[in-house]
Amino acid sequence: MTATIATGLCLVFGVPLAWFLARVDFRGRRLVRALVTVPLVLPPVVGGVALLLVLGRNGLAGRWLDAAFGLTLPFTTAGVVLAEAFVAMPFLVISVEGALRAADPRYEEAAATLGASRWTVFRRVTLPMIMPGVVAGAVLCWARALGEFGATITFAGNFPGKTQTMPLAVYLALETDPDAAIVLSLVLLAVSVAVLALLRDRWVSTS
Amino acid sequence: MSLDFRLVVDRGAFRLDLALAVAPGEVVALLGPNGAGKSTALRALAGLTPLTDGHIRWDGRDLHTLPPESRPTGMVFQEYLLFPHLSALDNVAFGPRSHGASRAGSRRTAALWLERVGLAGQAGERPGRLSGGQAQRVALARALAVDPSLLLLDEPLAALDAHTRLEIRSALRRHLADFPGATVMVTHDPLDAMVLADRLVVIEGGTIVQEGGPAEIARRPRTDYVARLVGLNLYRGTGSDRAVKLEALTLATADRVEGPAHVAFPPSAVALYRTRPDGSPRNLWEGVIDGLEQHGDNIRVRLTGPLDAAADVTPAAVAALDLTPGARVWVSVKATETRAYPA
Repeated sequence: MTATIATGLCLVFGVPLAWFLARVDFRGRRLVRALVTVPLVLPPVVGGVALLLVLGRNGLAGRWLDAAFGLTLPFTTAGVVLAEAFVAMPFLVISVEGALRAADPRYEEAAATLGASRWTVFRRVTLPMIMPGVVAGAVLCWARALGEFGATITFAGNFPGKTQTMPLAVYLALETDPDAAIVLSLVLLAVSVAVLALLRDRWVSTS
Repeated sequence: MSLDFRLVVDRGAFRLDLALAVAPGEVVALLGPNGAGKSTALRALAGLTPLTDGHIRWDGRDLHTLPPESRPTGMVFQEYLLFPHLSALDNVAFGPRSHGASRAGSRRTAALWLERVGLAGQAGERPGRLSGGQAQRVALARALAVDPSLLLLDEPLAALDAHTRLEIRSALRRHLADFPGATVMVTHDPLDAMVLADRLVVIEGGTIVQEGGPAEIARRPRTDYVARLVGLNLYRGTGSDRAVKLEALTLATADRVEGPAHVAFPPSAVALYRTRPDGSPRNLWEGVIDGLEQHGDNIRVRLTGPLDAAADVTPAAVAALDLTPGARVWVSVKATETRAYPA
């Protein structure tokens, strides 16, 4: 559930970011790209610590959020979503950016000569052409968010019904009720295999 | 109401600089070798390549300050660039829709244009399922459906096979005749240019080297490129009365010309002999055969010597005269078959 919301969040922010990285030539593009991919190489627990430092109740931005809106992210469901999105975003951005780079920009030029504004070009030409890349990226992103453990437990904790995700539940169950842990693990395994099988079909049908 | 423009585009060491005026209803073909800047000129007109300097004006209104989507242009790209995820109908409807027409209205306009290019039956097909000729016609319909003032065609027939090309060329000619705006077409095929255009503009190295009607260009080429294009031998020399003095020899001509002059004659006007012919025609010299190649039903003989020239002879003559590379032959051209004109 939180994985799906996190994927949605990644789509909303990741696709424009990927477009920006692929099509706009700006200073510091390499730095931005490096920052986007950092969560990919960072141990998730370290990512969670980083999130706590920035958005924690006494963090750099968290203090301000708390004071201005009474908003606290750590140890809430929103915090789980944020932690998952943080870790899963690179999968989407890299996949979409790759698709954008492979797409022929001359189609966009053709659309422009037909009177289409930049937004129309993106919505009616670019997006449909990179759709396989977006779908693949979103599925990878979703799968990563689903399996997220380190950043979630560090940033959002493990409160049943509030911030407890499947992997956290499995870890906990393993200590108290090993049978339940096995069942939960099997469910996760089945879901992952189903998603990857679907993704593979998508790849095969578009290539 | 007419189009007039001066395009200056700098690209590293290459500089495109051409000025031209095109009347409504007129079709101008930009002709030139690869890398001459033809496509750059077309992209600059469409707004896809920024101008370094110059202007584009239609009916007194500046177009060069507008982004591509605001210019009254329709463009047919060399590879058509039909949107692969849309049907033929939706491809054509894309332009009207982007210009603010309703979904139904733009589809009606698109259906009308598909019918005009004879593809009403293929409206639902994706571009991947259309033949080359059909895709070309969809691309033309898509460009015309936005009701442009300026139609730009980039090598519109280059991607077609010989047979389809013939058919599409005459169809394209009819559509261009009906089009009320100005048309600028880029091509490297002289036949396309001569059939489709009212006026040819030859570009080499980013500048205009010759412009005129198709017949004028074909009769009086001014550069080696144009001469090769229209299949003529071309030389530059100094005219005095009915003769033009070249570097190595003087050619007698039918036309009277004074000062710097061009002489042109077709390869078919060149006669070859193994021994010095009697009756001594006035233009006679001894040349060496450089090479032979098939040219239509005839053999084209490339000659070097005092004058580089091409001669067309029948296969029978090649056999009878034993024409082989390296052989020495006598070359003659009748004065009445040459054309001389001021350079």
